Amino acid sequence: MELSLLLIKGLIIFAVFGITLLIATYSTYAERKVAAFIQDRVGPNRAGPFGLAQPLADAVKLFFKEEFVPANANKFLFIAGPSLAMLTACMSSAVIPFGGTLIIGGEAIHLQAIEVNIGILYVFGIVALGVYGIMIGGWASNNKFSLLGAIRAASQNISYELAMGMSIIALLLVTGTLSMRDIAAQQGQELFGISGLNWNIFYQPVGFLIFIICAFAETNRVPFDLPECETELVGGYHTEYSSMGMGLYLFAEYVNIFVASAVMATLYFGGYNFPFMHQLGLPHNVVTILGTVVLFAKIFFFIFFFMWVRWTLPRFRYDQLMNLGWKILIPLSILNVIVTGGAILLKAELF
Amino acid sequence: MTGNFFYFLTFLTLFAAIGVVVSKNPVYSVLFMILTFFALTGHYILLNAQFLAAVNFIVYMGAIMVLFLFVIMFLNMREDTEQHKPVLSKIAAAIAGGILFVVMIAALKDVNTQMMQPAVFDSQIGMVENLGKVLFRDYLLPFELASVLFLAAMAGAVMLGKREPGEQNRF
Amino acid sequence: MQSLSNRAKKLEKKPMNFSERMYLPAIFQGLSITMRHFFKKKATIKYPEETRPMSAVWRGLHVLKRDEKGRERCTACGLCAVACPAEAITMVAGERKRGEENLYREEKYAISYEINMLRCIFCGLCEEACPKAAIFLQNDKVAPARYERDEFIYGKDRLVEPMPIQNL
Repeated sequence: MELSLLLIKGLIIFAVFGITLLIATYSTYAERKVAAFIQDRVGPNRAGPFGLAQPLADAVKLFFKEEFVPANANKFLFIAGPSLAMLTACMSSAVIPFGGTLIIGGEAIHLQAIEVNIGILYVFGIVALGVYGIMIGGWASNNKFSLLGAIRAASQNISYELAMGMSIIALLLVTGTLSMRDIAAQQGQELFGISGLNWNIFYQPVGFLIFIICAFAETNRVPFDLPECETELVGGYHTEYSSMGMGLYLFAEYVNIFVASAVMATLYFGGYNFPFMHQLGLPHNVVTILGTVVLFAKIFFFIFFFMWVRWTLPRFRYDQLMNLGWKILIPLSILNVIVTGGAILLKAELF
Repeated sequence: MTGNFFYFLTFLTLFAAIGVVVSKNPVYSVLFMILTFFALTGHYILLNAQFLAAVNFIVYMGAIMVLFLFVIMFLNMREDTEQHKPVLSKIAAAIAGGILFVVMIAALKDVNTQMMQPAVFDSQIGMVENLGKVLFRDYLLPFELASVLFLAAMAGAVMLGKREPGEQNRF
Repeated sequence: MQSLSNRAKKLEKKPMNFSERMYLPAIFQGLSITMRHFFKKKATIKYPEETRPMSAVWRGLHVLKRDEKGRERCTACGLCAVACPAEAITMVAGERKRGEENLYREEKYAISYEINMLRCIFCGLCEEACPKAAIFLQNDKVAPARYERDEFIYGKDRLVEPMPIQNL
C-alpha cells in the first residue's frame, strides 16, 4: 500500500516532468510556426512532416556545437548560470494540479505531483529564484553587455514581483486559501446554475490583467525582454553563451512560459474545471480526464497568447518599463486589494 | 531520517555562513549568503513552519539577495580592486566579532530548552491560518507598528532619492 | 512653408485621452491585426516542389543558336556588341576555312565570343540587333551564383547551343 502510493507519486512526478519538457521542446517549434504564420510565411517545414522534427534537429545542432568559455570568465559560475536557470524552471511545475482525482480501485489519486498548503507561495518563490540563473550567468561571462543584461533582469524581476504578489494577494482574499489544489477545486462550484464555471477571472479581472503583465515581465518575454534586448545589448545575458549553455537558457524560458501559463489557467481560468462538468452525468474518471484535457487546452491557449503578443508588440524602453511597473501596476494592484477587501466586507455585511 | 537531514542542513548552513566571511570575492560572498538562506529555509520546513519558510524564501532569497547581488555587480567589485585594509582595523573587527560571539554563547548557555511534548504539540501551529490568527489577533499592534515603520523607511528612501529642483544629474 | 500640392495634412498633437493612455485598446487592435495575418494566404513558394510561374517574355541566360543543319548562325558582325548598353559582349571574328562548312553557316564566324554576366543587364537588345537570329535570351535558365568573378565570363563553350542529337 505504502509502496504503491510512492510508486504512483513517482509516476505522476515523472509524467509532469516529462510533459513539461516535451511542451517546452515543442514550444520552440510553435514559436517559429506562429511567428511565420503571423508574418505570412510558412515556417519550418523541412525536418519531418510539417517540420515536426525541427526541435530534435535544433537540439542535435546545439549539442554538437563547441561549448565556448570566454578567457577571463568565471568558469564555475559560467556553467552554473544556465544550469540554475533550468533547475528553477523545472521545479515550479511540481505543485500545479493537472486534474482532479482518479478513482482506481477505491483509491482517490490526485493528479498533482506535490500538494503543499502554500502552493502559490512555492511557485512565487521558485520564480523569484529564477533570476539568479540569469544574473550569475551574465556576471560570470565577464562581458559588459552580459552584465548589463543581468542587471536589467534583476531590477525588472524585483519590480514586477511586487505587483505580481499584490495581484495574488487580492486573489487570496477571494479564495481564502494558498493551496493550488483548493483554489482549483473551488472554481468547480456552480455559478448561475452552471457547474464548473466559478472562475476567479469573474471576480478578479483587474488582478488577472496585472498578473498576466507581470508574468510577461517575469518570463522575460516581449515586450519586456530587455535583459536580452538584441538592439541594445547584442544578446544580453547570453551574449557569450554557445552550444547547450545557450540551449538551456532558451529552454528555461520556454519552461517558464509553460509554468506561467499553467499558473494563470489554474488561478484565474478555472484550472481543470469546465462548464457543465457535473451536469453531463458522466462518470467521475471521465470527467477528470476531460478536465485534464481542458486544462491543457487552456495552457496551450496561454502559450499561444505569449507568442501572439511577442509578434505583435514592440519592446519597451527601459524607463517606460520601470514607469509601468512602479507608477502604474503597483498602485493599481494596491487599489485592487483594497477594493477586493471592501467588496468582501460589504458582501459579509449584506448577506 | 529527519535527524540526518537536520545535521546535513546545519552543516550546509555553517559551511555557507563561514564561506560568506572567508571568501575574497564579494560576489562569492553573496552567493554563499544565498546558500545560507536556502539552508535556513530548509530548517523552517523541518520546524513545520511552512509559511515562514516560503516567506524567507521569497523575501530574503528572492528579493533582498537579488538586490545585494545587483549592487555588487553594479559596483563591479573584484578581488584585485579591493584595497588592503590596515592591520589595526582587522584586529578591531576580530575583537568586536569575538565579543558578539561570547555574548551570544552566554545568552544561549542558560536558555531553558523545552523538549517537545507530543501530547500538547500542535503540528498545525506554523501553518498560514494559525500564524495569521496569531498575528492579527494577539499581536495586532506590534504588527501594525512594524508596517508603519516600514512605511516611514520607504518614504525616507523616496525623500533621499528624490532630485532637488535644479540639481543636475550626477551620472 | 506653403504646401505646393495642397495635399499636405496638418499634424495635430492632441493630448491623449484616457482610453489611449491605457494602451489596451491599441494593444487589442494590434493583436487583431496579427490574428488576421495568421489566417491569410501565405506568400511563400516552397521552392524545390513549386516554382514561381515565369512570364513568357522573361529574359534569362543567353544562347548562341545553330541552324537546322547544326551550323553556328553567328557571323561575328558585332552588332550585338554595339547594341549592348552595358558593353558586356566581346568577340573575335575569323574566316571560315575550307572543310568547315558544316560548322559555320557564314564565311565569317566568331572565333571567340564572350559575355560578361556581371555586366549584362539582360535587356535583350542583342537579341533584337542580331540580323542572323543567332543570339537569344532563354526564358527558363538563369546565370547561377559562382565564387569567382572570372567564372562569370561565359565563352562559346557555355553559350553555344549543344549539337542536336540526330547530327552527332
